[in-house]
Amino acid sequence: MHQESAIRPPLILGHRTYGDITADVVAPIENKAPRTWYILLTIASVIALYGVGCILYLISKGIGTWGLNKTINWAWDITNFVWWVGIGHAGTLISAVLLLFRQKWRMAVNRSAEAMTIFAVMMAAVFPMIHMGRIWLAYFVFPLPNQFGSLWVNFNSALLWDVFAISTYFSVSVVYWYIGLIPDFATLRDHVTKAWQKRFYSVLSFGWSGNAKAWQRFEEVSLVLAGLATPLVFSVHSVVSMDFATSLVPGWHSTIYPPYFVAGAIFSGFAMVQTLLLIMRKAMNLEAYVTRKHVEYMNIVIMVTGGIVAVAYATEFFMGWYSGVEYEYYTYMSVGAATGQYWWAFWALMLCNILIPAMLWFRRIRTSFFWAWAISIVINVGMWFERFDIIVLCLHRDYMPSGWTMFYPSWVDVGTFLGTIGIFFTFYLLFARYFPVLALNELKSILKSSGESYKGDVLPKSQH
Amino acid sequence: MANKVIYAVYEDPEVLKSAARKLITAGVNVRDVFSPFPVHGIDPILGLKRTRLGIVSFMFGVFGLSLAVLGTYYMSIYDWPMNIGGKPNQYYYQNVTGFVPVLFEFTVLCAAHGMAITYLIRNKTLPGMPARNPDPRSTDDKFIIELRTADNQHHAPEAITGMLRETPVFEINERQC
Repeated sequence: MHQESAIRPPLILGHRTYGDITADVVAPIENKAPRTWYILLTIASVIALYGVGCILYLISKGIGTWGLNKTINWAWDITNFVWWVGIGHAGTLISAVLLLFRQKWRMAVNRSAEAMTIFAVMMAAVFPMIHMGRIWLAYFVFPLPNQFGSLWVNFNSALLWDVFAISTYFSVSVVYWYIGLIPDFATLRDHVTKAWQKRFYSVLSFGWSGNAKAWQRFEEVSLVLAGLATPLVFSVHSVVSMDFATSLVPGWHSTIYPPYFVAGAIFSGFAMVQTLLLIMRKAMNLEAYVTRKHVEYMNIVIMVTGGIVAVAYATEFFMGWYSGVEYEYYTYMSVGAATGQYWWAFWALMLCNILIPAMLWFRRIRTSFFWAWAISIVINVGMWFERFDIIVLCLHRDYMPSGWTMFYPSWVDVGTFLGTIGIFFTFYLLFARYFPVLALNELKSILKSSGESYKGDVLPKSQH
Repeated sequence: MANKVIYAVYEDPEVLKSAARKLITAGVNVRDVFSPFPVHGIDPILGLKRTRLGIVSFMFGVFGLSLAVLGTYYMSIYDWPMNIGGKPNQYYYQNVTGFVPVLFEFTVLCAAHGMAITYLIRNKTLPGMPARNPDPRSTDDKFIIELRTADNQHHAPEAITGMLRETPVFEINERQC
């Protein structure tokens, strides 16, 4: 049975019944979409189409259309890749790790965070694929028998680990998300009135009927999948960090990368969850479910992971300086970075990832919806700069001064990045319109009123 | 006597649990329980065994790990040992540390998907399957006990409905089957 603390505020505000929760989630799907939804969808899909255009142009012309040069041969593409993968981590953390820790507040947040994960990982996967140049040969990353004799992939390569990590992560996240969605689709199937919606949701619900054995299996599957997804989510960003850490470039070749990248991923992911959720909360009238308490809990996670990231920066800065190696003088955490030509990127990182998020230490700021939202945007920007700094700053001072250069993005760089944001928001808006945005079956189980009016029948009188 | 299905509709999981316990203690055979969310503690009352899906997941994990070991051995040791700066490449144990991420990911991949597919098949929840819940309200806010007269030959249907009426039932529906 669900235990309720006497002193903590309830997770769902107001005296809601099971029926109210169903009605709150079914209503936005049944009703006509508000005008703002159409406006936002139009803007997002126009940007998405522009991005698709840029990608097609890139594929037809080649990687030369990006601003890369001989010294800086990885730039915005990998920055965007790591940024999107990092954002994706919050969904799995909320749904899997917090499930194992029995954090019930996650139930109001997990559905939309998981959707965000899936769309973010899709956007991440775009970048290595288009970076291959010849995308039609992308299947070569898989260990398939081929016509070139014994040409196999290199299982020692961190880039191949990435292929396995990202594809496993993506497919397991989709399955985890969908298994949780099936009972909620069944609720929609039984409660929408339009014929096409009934058919749509009855196909998606896979004929779920909610009998006792099915629920028993459901809980077991949720728990075991959470147990599998938890090490998976930590492995994914560790592997992404090893793309850098296993190389011999000063600044990249660093043993603290895996834990530092995982903390950074959770930091940026929670920021993106805040950005999306605080808007959705207002737009879809979810004020009773996503409360001030939820925002504060998420901000605390942001503070903890942001703190880990800040310590990692300090360690990198100190170790680079302490080594006394001149090549360390221009890594992304160095005096050279802070005062050199890329000083603005270095200080943007410090400002967005350490100084401004430090405001969350004030209770009034971390419990304010507006400030939580504003700071989440700043963190999203800051975490993009972190990856940009790691990649471009570590490369821009090559071993020979003749190779020293700067990176200037071309319009294709910018268009592709903006395009993925457009595609991401298009998917997210469609999700918010047609899918149950709250995990109905989980939320109903934490309702404070559950059993209250009937407990006399179950409990001995003395416990009243 | 025609076979009938009796649906006892409740409004709260705790009430449903105590009603189910009362019926089963009286020797009534309960066919199933439908609810909008998992009713914790109903399994021992209905006598449901613990699901073995966790074991299924473990088996798929072992299968995935074995397949990954076999695959990396065949490709990187047997078929084409890679010469990377003359590092030893003749034996699996000399190279396995570099394969660990791939072995891990493939284990998780097989364990998760194997279990998920088994779960969908065992629950008979697959695309195009018809829903079997007796009442659309059972996915909203009602908790339903299903009883069949065919399972309860030694109880008169009237006796069963009488027993149900003694519990705080919301409504009782009967249907021919």
